[in-house]
Amino acid sequence: MSKVLLSGNEAAARGAFEAGVRVCSAYPGTPSTEIFEELPKYRDALYCEWAPNEKVALEVAYGASIAGVRSLCAMKHVGLNVAADPLFTAAYNGVTGGFVIVTADDPSMHSSQNEQDNRHYARAARLPMIEPSDSQECLDFMKAAYELSERFDVPVLFRTTTRIAHSKSLVEEGERTEHAPIPYVRNGKKYIAAPANAMRNHPKLEKIMAEVQEYGNECPLNRLELKGRKIGVITASIAYQYAKDAFPADTSFLKLGLTYPLPMKLISEFAAKVEKLYVVEELDGFMEDQIKAAGIDCVGKELLGNIYELNPQLVRQRVFGEQAETVDVGVRAVSRPPALCPGCPHRGFFYTMAKHKDFVVAGDIGCYTLGGTPPLNALDSVVCMGAGFTVAMGMAKAFKQAGIEKKVFGVMGDSTFFHSGMTGAAEIIYNDGDVIPVVLDNSITGMTGHQDNPGSGFNLEGEIAEKLKIEDILTAYGYQKVIIVDPQDLAAMEQAVQDAIAFEGHAAIIVRRPCLLIKRIKHDIGKCAVDRSVCIGCKKCLSVGCPAIMIKDGRAEIDRAQCVGCTVCAQVCPMRAISREGGESK
Amino acid sequence: MKQNVSALLVGVGGQGAILTAKVLVNGLVKAGYDVKMSEVHGMSQRGGSVSTQVHWGEKVNSPVIGPGAADIIVAFEKMEAVRYSNFLKPGGVAVINDYEIASSTVAAGLEQYPDGCLEAMQDHFTCHVLKAGEIARSLGNERCMNIVLFGSMVRALHMDDIDWETVVAETVPPKFRELNVAAFRAGYNAVGGQA
Repeated sequence: MSKVLLSGNEAAARGAFEAGVRVCSAYPGTPSTEIFEELPKYRDALYCEWAPNEKVALEVAYGASIAGVRSLCAMKHVGLNVAADPLFTAAYNGVTGGFVIVTADDPSMHSSQNEQDNRHYARAARLPMIEPSDSQECLDFMKAAYELSERFDVPVLFRTTTRIAHSKSLVEEGERTEHAPIPYVRNGKKYIAAPANAMRNHPKLEKIMAEVQEYGNECPLNRLELKGRKIGVITASIAYQYAKDAFPADTSFLKLGLTYPLPMKLISEFAAKVEKLYVVEELDGFMEDQIKAAGIDCVGKELLGNIYELNPQLVRQRVFGEQAETVDVGVRAVSRPPALCPGCPHRGFFYTMAKHKDFVVAGDIGCYTLGGTPPLNALDSVVCMGAGFTVAMGMAKAFKQAGIEKKVFGVMGDSTFFHSGMTGAAEIIYNDGDVIPVVLDNSITGMTGHQDNPGSGFNLEGEIAEKLKIEDILTAYGYQKVIIVDPQDLAAMEQAVQDAIAFEGHAAIIVRRPCLLIKRIKHDIGKCAVDRSVCIGCKKCLSVGCPAIMIKDGRAEIDRAQCVGCTVCAQVCPMRAISREGGESK
Repeated sequence: MKQNVSALLVGVGGQGAILTAKVLVNGLVKAGYDVKMSEVHGMSQRGGSVSTQVHWGEKVNSPVIGPGAADIIVAFEKMEAVRYSNFLKPGGVAVINDYEIASSTVAAGLEQYPDGCLEAMQDHFTCHVLKAGEIARSLGNERCMNIVLFGSMVRALHMDDIDWETVVAETVPPKFRELNVAAFRAGYNAVGGQA
């Protein structure tokens, strides 16, 4: 059979399909998103959805497992923090249909707010954990994960990292095996997590994990590659590939796929066979600490460190002191940070916030995190999904306690509002916060690459779905004034902010304009141009932070290839030197 | 056995590096190589500096490399060539688009776009410099600049054992087939083979 080049995410989706999965729920998050973007391909065989957040996704998938079918949920590493509550209890209760939770970690924070090592969740919640090291293993190990889950009556954590999820390698695909739904029988002792049942379920789980540990010593996911006796390496996940390149050819490997619980018998046997034992793993010394605790001498983190991702050259350098030869060309590239796209609807809002240096703006996770970058610099904080409203609330209460007069805004996007912003909106009303919540509604989940959400009007399969109205929700919560404004009209945007501030009761703002990258909407695209005879080179237009505007020979210039004609720069130009071609200015 | 080859395609988000990598890997897979490629999605795509790595040979382990390990860099923008130059092995090959995109910090006047990017690269590596933007425009569409560069890369690496024109035609959307095959040819002819 011919092989195809698949990303780890594509292969994991294929593996779930082949494993006979029936119900799948996820919230998008880099680097996990593409698993679920693949699944609609298999819609004749399974149900898949975008959930409002990761906790919902895990619960939906777990419900399907309880009801007797194989189920899948997926999220980025920080998403598992959101879903941790049901995770720990699902471990106690166990499963009926096989249940796999994908956590996609992001060492080096390519697109994340931290690089937490989610392997600790397996240990903390007592879950078997499987870690693939390439795309073929993503497919094969996914199928094995379902077998393991059903055999031992326990959910399985499937952990990837950015370089597993987003790297492509050759994969041989198989066929789907159907698994008939297990007939449903109510089983309260197993599934009602009341104290009396939990008292029974905890020791049951410990016993299961002891059995899984025993199984790990013979499990085919754990593989011995015995060569020389001089050096042995215990490794897993992407670190295996790095170590294969970095260590000498006669190195022996114990390559683990089932990484929690660790197969201690296998490990001690391997350790006895080699003179020097290394543990090569990214981020924390998760395996190393347990191996050392078992009294086995090994070397790892003291050389490799626990910060950022590794690569073969880095492993070679840190373990053997062999630095790769590089060339310094003598010229330095300047920074090229990501920026809001030309025509991005967030620009008008953040420009307005930036004008008022005394405003305090608590931000959130999404494209609009870029509102905190120069030249806009219009954010005070970004913590996690949903924290925009609630961190703003705490700050407002603190300012009040301290007797400081501050206008405080909490800001998040539409998808984030549905994810975990609604509770914050309720908090502001319930506890009477002096905060203006702002929803930047661009009708899509932008940063992760355009996934639908409860407010977009479409579901994962691209079908028309019920469209939840943010203004109706805010009104129902008790916001007496909900202002809806188009951020591309800067005067209206400013007025909306002033009206919200002046309002006596609770006001909220919905900043509404669809993301220009949404393909199914027809956008009003045009071009702006600078009249160089009018431009005085004051650089005011640069303050909107648009990648399409620059100063050339002392005058503003607009890159026609990038400009989409949003006119935000034209509206800030004091000389009216910028205009949209064809005369239209909004 | 021939050594594995590591290539870095670098540029600015939106320049088409990912499609170029797709053409490359499609050809390599067809030719029977073991191939791994790595790209980064998400925040870094919003106009930031982007890099895609492709590695091929008889057996490839890591999908990523560190500094000093790339055989070739294809830079879609000249400052990006400099940014990733430490990834090139001493004596490595660079295919560089003589094309400048100001970063947001340069556009805002906070930083100065560096002078002498091309010369600095040429002083240290075997370089093939071309104006892929102009070539693409002369073919009628600036957006095929990426395939122009790809043609130059194929020439620079002597990868003539693969029928790349067919691979290009099979990989790009049907309505851009002729344009991209022409772009590939133009890029191939724009540089001399490696000395």
